[in-house]
Amino acid sequence: MAIKIERLNYIYSEGTAFRKQALKDINLEIPDGQFIGMIGHTGSGKSTLIQHLNGLIRATSGTIYYNGENIYGEGYSMKELRSRVGLVFQYPEHQLFEIDVFHDVCFGPKNLGLCQEEIEERAREALDQVGLDSSYYRKSPFELSGGQKRRVAIAGILAMHPQVLILDEPTAGLDPRGRDEILDQVAKLHREQNITVILVSHSMEDVANYVERIIVMNKGQVFLDDTPSRVFAHYKELEGVGLAAPQVTYVTQTLKSQGWDIDTSVTTIEEAKQAILRAMS
Amino acid sequence: MMKDITLGQYYPADSVIHKLDPRVKLVGTMVFIVSLFAFRSISCYILATAVLVVIIKISRVPFQFIVRGLKAIFILMMITVAFNLFLTPGTPVFRIWKLTITAEGVETAAFMAIRLVYLIIGSSVMTLTTTPNDLTDGMEKGLGFLKRVHVPVHEISMIMSIALRFIPILMEETDKIQKAQMARGADFESGNLIQKAKNLIPLLVPLFVSAFRRANDLAMAMEARGYHGGEGRTKMRPLEYKNRDKCAYLLMAVYLLAGGLVNYFVRF
Ligand SMILES: Nc1ncnc2c1ncn2[C@@H]1O[C@H](COP(=O)(O)OP(=O)(O)O)[C@@H](O)[C@H]1O
Ligand SMILES: [Mg+2]
Repeated sequence: MAIKIERLNYIYSEGTAFRKQALKDINLEIPDGQFIGMIGHTGSGKSTLIQHLNGLIRATSGTIYYNGENIYGEGYSMKELRSRVGLVFQYPEHQLFEIDVFHDVCFGPKNLGLCQEEIEERAREALDQVGLDSSYYRKSPFELSGGQKRRVAIAGILAMHPQVLILDEPTAGLDPRGRDEILDQVAKLHREQNITVILVSHSMEDVANYVERIIVMNKGQVFLDDTPSRVFAHYKELEGVGLAAPQVTYVTQTLKSQGWDIDTSVTTIEEAKQAILRAMS
Repeated sequence: MMKDITLGQYYPADSVIHKLDPRVKLVGTMVFIVSLFAFRSISCYILATAVLVVIIKISRVPFQFIVRGLKAIFILMMITVAFNLFLTPGTPVFRIWKLTITAEGVETAAFMAIRLVYLIIGSSVMTLTTTPNDLTDGMEKGLGFLKRVHVPVHEISMIMSIALRFIPILMEETDKIQKAQMARGADFESGNLIQKAKNLIPLLVPLFVSAFRRANDLAMAMEARGYHGGEGRTKMRPLEYKNRDKCAYLLMAVYLLAGGLVNYFVRF
């Protein structure tokens, strides 16, 4: 049992005119090694929720357990928690500051107090994981393209060797190719390192191909929490909260409503193709 | 983070005070402050208090927001009170060690304290009920006559409103970058002064980069929309005096007159 969230509430600007309840009574369990997609309309509280998981935001009420320990307990080390739960912010390229790519990736492990050799070893490994070779090491982060900057920032977190990797809208503002590259690399990381991954997005299409579980947020609450195919079965309700199921769900659902005997639980284009072929034969 | 900003802390509410022309509120604040320093008797301050209370009630801003600004001047007020208390010559009433407190000292100190508190409250009511943009608009129009002596009134007010607009944006940005670096194990709290200053680099570099990027984008966007300074520029919502504004000016005159009469005729 890696992360457990109990009756979590969070209110921004409590006691002012701008008071805003961003999270309402969240209860979640996130076991080790899962690949989770967190979906929700803009303002549904996704970013607020994930910042609780590494202690950057302190809950107004409620408890969070990491590996059974209460993170709000006395003497619990937030620094330690932050090295275990790696959080990549939205537009992480805005946090780059070092003179070159390599130094920037070293920042995280350096803060962990590791020795120089280990720091550099981890930086090389992390940059390799995001697909940047040594020709990039000495480049200034500010002369890279948007997608490359983002990968440097992700490497900066990976170099800390987190057990849980959370990415807040990692594909926002990227072209389709950049999007697929980043998502494929994250999926590979999950497969090879067996770490827990939480992928935050507002696009079902993005996560449908990758994740094994989807948490749908709406107005600060968990709206749905299930496997992708079962979440997509609620495509009508999803529209009600400003989201949409992947295109293939609409195709198969329409075919079914027109009397075809077709499996509507498919989530990817490949599966949909097989299902349609089966239905036709 | 956002809640700590005192500059341009607008409190949105639906009230007559909010709707008043910003020029009226600027002049009104000025009138009120001048009256505070002109008044010399308790009866006058009773009048000022009554006016202030009524205005706050009408503005629908909770009292706690208005007194929040007082915290900032607490020390200044203590020093002023102490100076007046101990250094005013007159009939001694109390003695501690070498310091003498006089009856006149007590009186001046009390008036000084009241003046300072009312001054802050009065200007807080203005900033709480006027958006920063309206405020600079009001200043631009109100000080328009200075253009004749070649003061770049429009440019100055444009700079002010952009600066005010950017404060919350940069605060938010600071908050985000700080959190992002903390997620990478950065520490902004511990260490000695030099260490702390050094630890700020991961915060300041991205902040400056982002400020320049934003400034650049804004300049580009303004130019793309044909901005070329104040010459011949019209307003989307030109400031115009409505009946309520005229009423407000009238009430100000009544207030001053009443204050003068009370000051002159009532003997306490
Ligand atoms: N720093 C903040 N101060 C006040 N309100 C905030 C802040 N950050 C987010 N909010 C509010 O909290 C709600 C949830 O925001 P967020 O967690 O960023 O949503 P999401 O990431 O799903 O778009 C929104 O209504 C947003 O306006
Ligand atoms: Mg977000």
